[in-house]
Amino acid sequence: MTLTVPALRARAARRRRHRPLSVRLAAAFLLVVAGTGLLAPLLAPHSPDTTSLVNALAPPGTPGHWLGTDSTGRDVLTRVMYGARLSLLAPLGVVLLSAALGITTGLVAARAGGRVDAVLSRCMDIVFAFPSLLLAMIAVAVFGPGLAAPVCALAVSYAPFLGRIVRSVALQEGARPYMEAYRVMGFGELWVTLRHLLPNVAPVLIAQGTLSFGYALVDLASLSYLGLGVRPPDADWGSMISQAQSAILQGAPWSGIVPGLAVLLTVVSVNVIGEHVGGSISGRGKEET
Amino acid sequence: MARALSAWIARRALGALATVLAASVLIHLSLRLVPGDPVLALTAGRRLTPEQLAAVREAYGLDQGPVQSYLGWIGGALRLDLGASLHYQTGVSTLIADRLDVSVPLILYAAALSVLFGTAVALVSAVRGGAVDRIAGLLAATTTATPPFVAAILLLATFSVGLGWFPATGAGTGFADRLWHLTLPATAMAIAVFGVLARVGNAAFAAELRREHVEVARSRGVGGAAVVRRHVVRGALPPLLTVIGVLLAGLFVGTAVVETAFGLDGVGSLLVSSVTRRDIPVVQGVALIAVVLFVLVNTLVDLALTFIDPRVTVGGITR
Repeated sequence: MTLTVPALRARAARRRRHRPLSVRLAAAFLLVVAGTGLLAPLLAPHSPDTTSLVNALAPPGTPGHWLGTDSTGRDVLTRVMYGARLSLLAPLGVVLLSAALGITTGLVAARAGGRVDAVLSRCMDIVFAFPSLLLAMIAVAVFGPGLAAPVCALAVSYAPFLGRIVRSVALQEGARPYMEAYRVMGFGELWVTLRHLLPNVAPVLIAQGTLSFGYALVDLASLSYLGLGVRPPDADWGSMISQAQSAILQGAPWSGIVPGLAVLLTVVSVNVIGEHVGGSISGRGKEET
Repeated sequence: MARALSAWIARRALGALATVLAASVLIHLSLRLVPGDPVLALTAGRRLTPEQLAAVREAYGLDQGPVQSYLGWIGGALRLDLGASLHYQTGVSTLIADRLDVSVPLILYAAALSVLFGTAVALVSAVRGGAVDRIAGLLAATTTATPPFVAAILLLATFSVGLGWFPATGAGTGFADRLWHLTLPATAMAIAVFGVLARVGNAAFAAELRREHVEVARSRGVGGAAVVRRHVVRGALPPLLTVIGVLLAGLFVGTAVVETAFGLDGVGSLLVSSVTRRDIPVVQGVALIAVVLFVLVNTLVDLALTFIDPRVTVGGITR
């Protein structure tokens, strides 16, 4: 298990060479999307909220509006760039929250064992009985509109996936002799857990977390599309598509298709990277044994 | 063995029942998680007389203790009475039942499309390999990442507005007309499910094709189709069935997005409009049905696996 620093570097270099083109493209795309979202005020050609009825539904390719305008004359490219902010930030919030919840639950269940473990595992089963979108909709119905309720609900909904993984890895790892050795040496339970268990769980967590990001993005965009997520004047890709619905029926679909493709390509990229990370973890065993 | 099996089935069914009960408690009592007075939060912005407030409180069961109000609700649910909608002033069960003739065909249509095309593409790509496999892999990766509402607007823009082949809204009347109206919505729902099935199926079939008994059968001259039918498909069934169960169970909630996108008056769009109006009795009723279906389908798939694959023995999969 222990590798020297040069060996680690060599392994990292080896893996870098094996990184397929699809993974590089996916990473580049995500960087561009995140970068344009971050720098939207500097890069965007227009203001996201300036309406202009003269320019309404200008088709893509119109000078000054390269991706066209929506039914109120707002620049589609500008709005997709600004929309990237909430579209990416909110799922990130879901992933971080659900990781915190899942890691804590999984570690506590594995380390405490016995009745605590049984109760926590049962709780995870119950959360599994709710499709994530349903849980988010119940939260919106009860707590009212806005992003806070669905973000928390989705975090709860995804936590058991991480919780189960963390629990099983922690149980395996906890049974190894070195863990017992640390305990005999008098190291505290918390220290052993944080210092030695967590790093062993980390790679699996990163893979699962990446995939959860994709699910969260789709769920949150779906909610915004249904009018249950982002509230105007804020906008994300889902709410942009929702506003484009009537324009689509009038035969001017670009103000909906552009954010739709943004969702699709972002999720494809996230999945490609998530699977690559997951794959190199399962491949790691082969490499070392 | 038989006794152990029936004991296992009973345990599994009891576990599912316990999960559903716990989930129903959560659904019913979720309203009490709201900080402060939930009635004031729900009726925010409206001026109501004390009598009206008391009526709302009674409608939500908030005039009773949590245990009493839960027992009243779940007792009614067992008699198919899910309370009354605050918006429509009619029974929640009637509201839902009236919309099943749109949602049920939609779900079955989407399920049929995704399972049929998903497994077919998975099988062909696994058996053929090479370029076919690579193209199928690309197709699966793209469709997996296509959320139903994105699929819906792409289909609307292309096949409804662009080509005029299918209607953009409405559910139609009569069997053929309904099928025609539901084709685009069902396709929008099926696309992502198709992608997942094509990938999981491909992996399962490919793993079976590499197994020793399949290679032996082939080397002894048993025809390709016979081997695929007798060994590959049967061997790959358990993982495939598990995924199909999970995906199909999720379709019920998936109707929310697609029915809204295509202007269909089904259970899903009822759920969305009720969430918007904060018509809690309807939301709780639909949520209860969704959870029961979700747990039921997953439990049935688990049980079916024990009969298909004898290696799935009591206490879990042994291999």
